[in-house]
Amino acid sequence: MIAYLTRRLIQAALILLGVSLITFALLYLLPADPVRQIAGRSATPQTVESIRQQLGLDQPFAVQYWRYLTNLVSGDLGRSYIQRSEVSELIVARLPASLLLMVGAIVCELVIGLSMGLIAAVKRGSATDQALMVGSFIGVSAPQFVVGLLLLYVFAVKLGWFPIGGYGTFSHMVLPSLTLGILGAGWYSRMMRSSMIDVLRQDYIRTARAKGLAQRAVLFGHALPNAILPVIAMIGIDIGMFMGGIVVVESVFGWPGIGQLAWQAIQRVDIPIIMGVTLVSACAIVLGNLLADIVAPFIDPRIKLR
Amino acid sequence: MNAATHPKQAAGAPAPAADRPVLDVAGLTISVRGEDGERPVVSDLSFSLARGETLCIAGESGSGKSMTSLAIMALLPQPQARISAGSIRLGDTDLTSLDERRMRRIRGNRIAMIFQEPMTSLNPVLSIGRQLVEAIEAHTGVSSAESRRLAIEALTAVRIPEAESRLKQYPHELSGGMRQRVMIAMALALKPDVLIADEPTTALDVTVQGEVLELLRDLQRQHGTSVILITHDMGVVAEMADRVIIMRYGRMVEQGKVADIFERPQVDYTRDLLAAVPRMGTGGARQVPTDKAEPSQPTDVAVARDLHVRFDLTGGFFGRVNRRVHAVEGISFSIAANETLSLVGESGCGKSTTAKALAGLVPYHGELEIGGRNLKGLGREARKAVRRDVQMIFQDPYASLDPRMRVGDLVAEPLVIHDIGTPGERTERVAALFERVGLSVDQMERYPHEFSGGQRQRICIARALALRPKLIIADESVSALDVSVQARVLQLLKELQAEFGVAYLFISHDMAVVENISDRVAVMYLGQIVEMGTRDQIFSNPRHPYTRRLIEAVPVPDPQRRRARFARMEREIPSPVRKLGDAPRKLVLADVGGGHLVAESPVS
Repeated sequence: MIAYLTRRLIQAALILLGVSLITFALLYLLPADPVRQIAGRSATPQTVESIRQQLGLDQPFAVQYWRYLTNLVSGDLGRSYIQRSEVSELIVARLPASLLLMVGAIVCELVIGLSMGLIAAVKRGSATDQALMVGSFIGVSAPQFVVGLLLLYVFAVKLGWFPIGGYGTFSHMVLPSLTLGILGAGWYSRMMRSSMIDVLRQDYIRTARAKGLAQRAVLFGHALPNAILPVIAMIGIDIGMFMGGIVVVESVFGWPGIGQLAWQAIQRVDIPIIMGVTLVSACAIVLGNLLADIVAPFIDPRIKLR
Repeated sequence: MNAATHPKQAAGAPAPAADRPVLDVAGLTISVRGEDGERPVVSDLSFSLARGETLCIAGESGSGKSMTSLAIMALLPQPQARISAGSIRLGDTDLTSLDERRMRRIRGNRIAMIFQEPMTSLNPVLSIGRQLVEAIEAHTGVSSAESRRLAIEALTAVRIPEAESRLKQYPHELSGGMRQRVMIAMALALKPDVLIADEPTTALDVTVQGEVLELLRDLQRQHGTSVILITHDMGVVAEMADRVIIMRYGRMVEQGKVADIFERPQVDYTRDLLAAVPRMGTGGARQVPTDKAEPSQPTDVAVARDLHVRFDLTGGFFGRVNRRVHAVEGISFSIAANETLSLVGESGCGKSTTAKALAGLVPYHGELEIGGRNLKGLGREARKAVRRDVQMIFQDPYASLDPRMRVGDLVAEPLVIHDIGTPGERTERVAALFERVGLSVDQMERYPHEFSGGQRQRICIARALALRPKLIIADESVSALDVSVQARVLQLLKELQAEFGVAYLFISHDMAVVENISDRVAVMYLGQIVEMGTRDQIFSNPRHPYTRRLIEAVPVPDPQRRRARFARMEREIPSPVRKLGDAPRKLVLADVGGGHLVAESPVS
């Protein structure tokens, strides 16, 4: 187990190195000039040049990247060009809000997706099944800003059940989590349905029924633990998809997370923040996958971590 | 209705009197809804089962025997299949009229069932203990400590050693035979009136089969359970049955006492069925080719010398190799033209791996020669040319044909791969092959799903013959077929050999089939050959204890020769997975006369 974890963490470090290199290179090749953004339209060429030198942006790519990497190893993500504060502080201040949103979204995904898939599989071929699958299709295909605005309009503006935006209480969390989770719920319900249908055909389900177990015990005791395995592996990948969604959802609901931070940074070519947010997201994806792999053996004893 | 006002009664009714049947099936008709409307798969079936009796329902695939058992359990596949007429009475209760809730109290409690596939019939993610305890708790209100005690008792009853520690194990940690015993323990834990065993030993090795059958017989005697045993194997019928029902196309064609069925079958179908059963000790249908091949110095089509196949298993921090599967350990044999060499042995003995090495599908060490050319050190083109001489026929005719290709194209594919002939010539050759294997030319345009298992295996044979190979490897090629079909396919293989002079490497676990088709036989155990010789040497004069055990374990299709005791194995076959540097000791084969090779020391 410890050997496994060590190996996976070394792999994770290599992945992060790759991500940092590619992102850094892409940002370097970007035609937009961050220095112009900082200096403003009216700045003289001399000012622009001095700012460029001050930030080290006049150096060749290899030198810039090497400096960034050495700082990164010592935990320094650099300073924001615009906001004049440490990137790590900005991220740490906003990360909890985003993590909270993600947890909420995962709960929505699992609760909605798994129960939809389970019901559809059990009632396979019925009108219920078809209705659920149409629903999941809509969930998968609707753009998140549309879903977000729609939920906002119906449940916040018209019905007034939830606040329109902001951050703080549980009821603030409901609509953003739902918006972010609905896409995943659509995927999960489809996966769960096909996985469950497959499991329900297995011989051991027939054995369980032959023992005289009640339908509920067969479904939840025997079928579910088997059917959920492929879904668990998905959750790790899902965290990556959240990162894209978070940018949209946080702007729609005014949620003070790293999605908003990233969005503002992209608009102003604030390279240190973009780098920082990208690396933090990559970390989340890598850790999410690792977590999914670690959980799997607890559900399926046949899986051994080595 | 009584059962509604006294719900306990259905579950806990007193045992019916001994003279009344425990189970009485009358006019049972089961219909399955398909694309072309509803059609019956079982029609007007009536039988009764007395206390303590073993009733065998025998028949080939599609005879409706499994549907019958599922109907009794009310486990018919929903919503396609349903009981459209008839009754199934357990004591005074008509099971067909029970709702699911009341039927559930009967299932596993008064009627229990064990299935064919022990490898897939237990839930892989739940421990053995949990699955056993659950079966007990579903029907009794006992405490969890008590049900645990009952579970241990049930495991002990099926002769599973160290029962208590097994409760924590998961199915994948047990062998097939052990899993089937767990299934039996689960089924018999609540001492049901009726046990339905649907092909309980078909998926098991023959020595394990003997043990499981004996176990079923002993437990039946102890508890007075009535058993419905569903099987296609007439050997198992002869070994186990009191009475027999022969089914065909969903109808009962004959029923009677086991001795009567075997000695005086009344119906042609039963006679044909019994005639098709391969029997040991009745060989001689095949001439031994040694006398005809001797003068012209037989050329060896395939030679293996000191063949090793090992698979590395990785583990540890850097994923280094730390263990090895010793699948094949230094075996040597040769196959002459026009000769059939059979490899026999139980699952995991390395017989299929040997075949794969010969066909160039797994890396190996040692020497392999095909048609006098050593496979080592050949270039890409030369290897491809040699492969033309070796073709394979696999076990499962359903899985070994691409469902999206026309069967004609499937048979022509080897010709295309090796770039032989023009399209017109290929079509001609394929047509000739179709006729030769007993299919008609106009079937070439059809798809695999339109054919029966036997026909598909003929297509596979045609495909293997397309390149006119020198050697055909038949890996359990007739194991999945019904006996009557099996007999015809074996006959076809023999005819083709006489016609084309092709050599066969025939791999099988079925000793009776092996005796029927082989010229020479090699018995494998844990990757090594323990005995090799002509068919007569092996079957009339087996020298190695393992060979004897294999032969003795085969159930004989003759109720007069029923064994009192089966050969029981002291322990399970050890694993071929070993630590690095811990290679197994190589067995030395000694010639005991006439080329009959026997390993010098017993395996154990």
